[in-house]
Amino acid sequence: MTAYAWPSADRRRLIGKDAPRVDAPLKVSGQAKYTYDVNLPGMVYARVVRCPYAHAKVTNIDVTAAKSVPGFKAAFVIQGVGAEIFWAGDDIVAVAAEDEHAAEMAMLAVKVDYQPMPHLVHDDASAAPASFKKATDPEVSGDSDAAFSQADAVSEGDYGMPVIVHSCMETHGSVVAWSNDAMTVHISTQSVSGIPGQLAQALQFPQNKIRAITDFVGGGYGSKLAADRWGLAAAQLSKLCGGAPVKLMLERRAEQEVAGSRQSSYAHVKVGARKDGTVTAWQSDSWATGGVSGGSEPPLPYLFNIPNQRRQHTQVVNNIGNARSMRAPHHPQACVLTMCALDDLAAKLGMDPVQLLLKNLNLVTARANVYQEELRVSDGLMQWSERWRPRGMMSTGVIRQGLGVSMHAWPGVAHPFECDLAIHADGTVAIRAATQDIGTGTRTVMAIVAAETLGLPLSAIEIDIGDSTFPTSAASGGSGTVGGSGSAVRRAAVDALAKVFAAAAPALGTTADQLEAVDGVVRVTGGTASLTWKEACAKLGALGVTVRGANPGTDRLADSGACGVQMADVSVDTETGIVRINKIVAVQDCGLVIDPKTAMSQIYGCLIMGIGYALYEEQVTDESLGRMLNPNIEFYRLCGIGDTGELVIHLMTGPGYDERGIIGCGEVAVISPGAAIANAVANALGVRVPHLPLTPDRVLAALGKAGA
Amino acid sequence: VPVTVRINGQPRSANLEPCVTLLDAMRELWDLTGAKRACDRATCGACTVLVDGKREYSCSLLAIDVQDRDITTIESLATTDGPLDPVQQAFIDNDATQCGFCTPGFVMSAKAFLADNPHPTPDEILRGMSGNLCRCGSYIGIVHAVQQAAGAVEGSDPAHRKPAPKQKGRAT
Repeated sequence: MTAYAWPSADRRRLIGKDAPRVDAPLKVSGQAKYTYDVNLPGMVYARVVRCPYAHAKVTNIDVTAAKSVPGFKAAFVIQGVGAEIFWAGDDIVAVAAEDEHAAEMAMLAVKVDYQPMPHLVHDDASAAPASFKKATDPEVSGDSDAAFSQADAVSEGDYGMPVIVHSCMETHGSVVAWSNDAMTVHISTQSVSGIPGQLAQALQFPQNKIRAITDFVGGGYGSKLAADRWGLAAAQLSKLCGGAPVKLMLERRAEQEVAGSRQSSYAHVKVGARKDGTVTAWQSDSWATGGVSGGSEPPLPYLFNIPNQRRQHTQVVNNIGNARSMRAPHHPQACVLTMCALDDLAAKLGMDPVQLLLKNLNLVTARANVYQEELRVSDGLMQWSERWRPRGMMSTGVIRQGLGVSMHAWPGVAHPFECDLAIHADGTVAIRAATQDIGTGTRTVMAIVAAETLGLPLSAIEIDIGDSTFPTSAASGGSGTVGGSGSAVRRAAVDALAKVFAAAAPALGTTADQLEAVDGVVRVTGGTASLTWKEACAKLGALGVTVRGANPGTDRLADSGACGVQMADVSVDTETGIVRINKIVAVQDCGLVIDPKTAMSQIYGCLIMGIGYALYEEQVTDESLGRMLNPNIEFYRLCGIGDTGELVIHLMTGPGYDERGIIGCGEVAVISPGAAIANAVANALGVRVPHLPLTPDRVLAALGKAGA
Repeated sequence: VPVTVRINGQPRSANLEPCVTLLDAMRELWDLTGAKRACDRATCGACTVLVDGKREYSCSLLAIDVQDRDITTIESLATTDGPLDPVQQAFIDNDATQCGFCTPGFVMSAKAFLADNPHPTPDEILRGMSGNLCRCGSYIGIVHAVQQAAGAVEGSDPAHRKPAPKQKGRAT
């Protein structure tokens, strides 16, 4: 029987060591080709006419004038007369022309008439007409009324965060060529294997004639899982243009307005506890917005299974670009609503919030012992115990300093994944899989696992991904790609190596089970007889060997469930309301780490995205216009290089952690920064700023309300 | 109108509408796709090129306006075939790239920044590199990369060395 289990720590040459990202040379030299960079012979350019109203009916479409624009090629009506449009910026007509300028002119020449309808674009449930609200029945467990009446302390507060947008640096889009017998689509996607099926179904074209290609993706964060209406329109335009490739990349405005948003979440929360900090009761009245599908309830209360609960949620259906999954969907919201409420409860009890979390670890649903250890490690790295003081007492003066804590969990479970690993007679190794690298380091992880297993250097492994004609892989979402790809490559490499051993054994005068592959040599374990890797592979014969590796499979190589603790240290200017990050400590478990370098980059990225939504990011809408006012990345403010403060990451690895196998860590650390930073600001100021982002106006309003 | 622009020492010519930006001309006509179109309004720096050695957002320059200037793009640096520029190598060593879409802009920005300020303090790096945005959040690696490249640019003369700056991000 073949054992796929990961090599023990003392036998790992590459796993867990810092390896340079294998595709970094292409990225730093501008040679990495993204969908936006694809220029094909005979290619035409597309633009989309977008609805200016948040809610309207299309009453007339006239493309006559567009057809007389020099360079015009084709027009395709995406949503025709009579269609009801539910958000501003939605696609109405796509036009194609010889160059971008002509496409822009043709787009402007299309005349569309609308009948505007009543809309709602803000995210305030209290100000929303009843027709836009869907209240769900309360969920009750235990007896919260009795528990609140018996509690020694009850804390109530408002918490929440607005809609934010993914803001991918490479906008959504594709280059599609659709002729009678084939369709090739270069597309900026997180789901190479999923795209042909989506196109086949929507366009009634055989899936086996559709090929999706994605060499590099300029960011996705959960927003690039579908072919999208504009992707289908690009295909239709190509057909109308006789199969010419059509390039349709969203303009920045559309990217921000319709191609990705994370739902808002707000709640009035009441929590009760005994004098010793034991939390006994939870009540939340929450609402959320996220476009026509309405914002759903995040998992409340987050992490802590509080015994007596009453939860009620209202979905507010509004007219903004529909919400999409975004990095750890619903968790940052649940984390803010819960961890900020628990922090206020600790303040009411006069308790250190770390002690309150420790006191209630018996209520967390899994891995309480890991949280305990992580809280201890975080405490040391932040010097929390030495430095923490109750609210408003950390410092005096205009600039106030504060500390905050939060904790979180995310499954990071390995996805289904298939790959073909070929070992050729000349000793070269190539792996193919449809999967995509969205910036996480998929190529690098695959190469490390193969090189480790085969006893070869990283440079000996050729990785070819991003093509739907290769073995299928699930979409890159949920942080599942590292576990799926790592496990599948491990199984393929172990099986392929067994075939190399079988072929080489006779020449070494032994049996396959006596061989090992180390440092580019196939040798008898504990003996002296050996063949170079190339000599051993020559024994395979001219055809070499190709092995399919898959996940799931036998032997557990990956696990689910990564938990973490974060602490933030901030300074708040009480005159300007400006919040600065001094330091964030992130302590994170994520099982067996294949490549610490790219894992760390993911966690740094999570913290930085977290600082963004904690302090800066929000979709600003105008109710009378019915539109987003900041559909760019200038007034939609992202975290910049000078905004991060000192970021300290501690990965929980080694005995007790490695044995679990791979757990994805691409999004888990984005969950806590909002709560940790908001709690630090509350600690600094002595008052809670209820809603993120913690912009100067919100900070000053909170100070004014407190009479400070 | 006929336009000729000198890019990486090579004259590039085309018949362009006057409204065509340098970025679009490079990307669509001259197959120079290293500079990216991301924000398209001079905010994010993904389109950064050097004009007479100074950093510029090529999305906000008209091609007809830079005909007598020297344009330098990411394509002027080493390709993967040869030894890399110290700035490129530093970006690789410090994993200063994730999805990589903003990376060519950051590399060009770092090149020009270090040419003007070969011995930057950490604060000078944060200020000097603040004209570029990365949505993946690769800033820690980028700061370390610029520090490393500054060391490489300084060479071995200890008189020019500054004390090692406190690392902004670190693993424990």
